Amino acid sequence: MQTAANGLSAAELRRYARHLTLPEFGLEGQQKLRAASVLLVGLGGLGAPTAMYLAAAGVGRIGLVDYDVVDESNLQRQVIHGQSMLGKPKVLSAAARIHDINPYVEVVPYQTALRRDNALDIFRDYDVIVDGADNFATRYLVNDACVLLDKPNVHGSIFRFEGQVSVFWAKRGPCYRCLYPEPPPPGMIPSCAEAGVLGVLPGLIGLVQATETVKLIAGIGAPLIGRLLLYDALDMTFREVKLRKDPHCPICGEQPRITELIDYDEFCGTPGLHTHPFDTAAVPEITVHELRRRLESAELERTNTWLVDVREPYEWQIVHFPQARLIPMREVPQRLDELRQASELLVYCRSGARSAEVVRYLHTQGFKNAKNVRGGILAWAREIDPNTPVY
Amino acid sequence: MTLTVQVFATLKERAGAPTLSLELAGPITVRELRARLGEQHPELAELFARALVAVNREFAFDHEAVQPTDEVALFPPVSGG
Repeated sequence: MQTAANGLSAAELRRYARHLTLPEFGLEGQQKLRAASVLLVGLGGLGAPTAMYLAAAGVGRIGLVDYDVVDESNLQRQVIHGQSMLGKPKVLSAAARIHDINPYVEVVPYQTALRRDNALDIFRDYDVIVDGADNFATRYLVNDACVLLDKPNVHGSIFRFEGQVSVFWAKRGPCYRCLYPEPPPPGMIPSCAEAGVLGVLPGLIGLVQATETVKLIAGIGAPLIGRLLLYDALDMTFREVKLRKDPHCPICGEQPRITELIDYDEFCGTPGLHTHPFDTAAVPEITVHELRRRLESAELERTNTWLVDVREPYEWQIVHFPQARLIPMREVPQRLDELRQASELLVYCRSGARSAEVVRYLHTQGFKNAKNVRGGILAWAREIDPNTPVY
Repeated sequence: MTLTVQVFATLKERAGAPTLSLELAGPITVRELRARLGEQHPELAELFARALVAVNREFAFDHEAVQPTDEVALFPPVSGG
C-alpha cells in the first residue's frame, strides 16, 4: 500500500491522529512541524508550558536556552519542572520531561546565559525563536539577533496579573524596538521575583506563544504580526493594539544604526547576570552588618534615624523590623513631608532593589540623608539571621 | 475637556489607579501627553516617556495627535518570564 506519510512512522501517525484529521492542518502541517526547529529562550514560567505543548505537537527539534537551576519558588508556575528536579539545571529537567512527553522530538540543551557572543550562533540553526526571557537586556538581545538573522520572534512577557504577546518579524512587521525603543531605567520595572506573579498567568501567555509558533510553522491562520495582545487576568480581558513599524527604528528602520549585536547590559543599565539585578551602587548605602550594629546599640532613636520599609503591606506581614515604619514605595512621593521629620533615613525592601530606587528618588528630592540597606531582607537572612522568613 | 488615560501593569500599580485624567483645551501630541502626565506624576515621568501609547487601540508615534475624546492607553514594557 502506498502512503504519503513521507517520513512519519506508523506510530507517529497514530500519535498525531487528531492533527491529521484537521483539514486545515493535516499531514502537511504535521510534516512541517516535524521538519521545523524552535528555540526557546528561557525555561521559566513562559518557556515551561510552551516547551511542553510544542513537544507534544511534534516539533522536530527544540533548543532550550537557560543557565539557571530549578528552584522551589519556580514550581508554582514552571510546570515542566517537578519536585524531583530541584537544584538540577532547567535545560536538563525540561529535556527529560520533553523526552517523556514525546520521544520523537530532538532536544538541544544550551545551559548558558544568552549573550551577544553566542546568540547569533545559537539562533542560526532555528526556524522560530520564542522569547520567554525574564529581563530587558535579554529581550533586546533576542530582538536584535532575530532582526539581523531574519527570524520570527514570538514574544511574551508578564507582570503580576498581566501579559503581553506579539510576533515580531521585521521583514513582515514591527520589531520589539519599534514599540519600545528605550528600555526603562533600571529598577523601574520589578522582576517576577520582586513583584510576584500569578502562577497560572505565564501558562496562558506561554500557550499563546506556542499557538503562534505552531501557526507560523504550519503556515495557517493569521499570525500575531503587527498586533500586540494584552491580557489582564484579574479583569479577564484581552485587548489588542494595532502596531506600526517605526521607519526610524534603529535596527529595522529605513536607515539602521544597529548592524551588529551591542552590549545589552550597558544599553539597559543593568549589570551582567549572576550579580545584583539592579545598579544599586549609585546610591549611598549601608550593609546589613552596619544595620545590625545600629539596631543593637539602640542609636536609631537617639539620632532620630528612621528605618523605612518600602515594601507592600502584605510583605510587611510576612516579616519586618520592629523598629521600622511602613511606607510602600508608591506612597513615598505623597509622604515626603512626613519623611522630612527624620534626621536620617535607612530604607529597605526585600532585595535592596526597590529601596535603592526610592533612595535615588529621595536624593532628587533633596534628601541627602537617605541610605539604602544593601541586599535588603534577603541579605539580612543570609548574613545575619538565618531564621528570617524569606519569600 | 477631560481626557481619560488608561494605564496598565507597572504604571497602574505605581499610580495606584487604572486611569489618570488630564484637562485638555484641545488636541495635543503624544509627546506633549507624556510630558503633561509626567508633570502630574513626576515619579512616573520616566515610565510615561517609555510606555507604548495606544490611541483608539492603535500604536501612536510621538508627533501624532491625541483628541480629548480619544481612547488612550499606556502600556509600559514588562520583562517577566
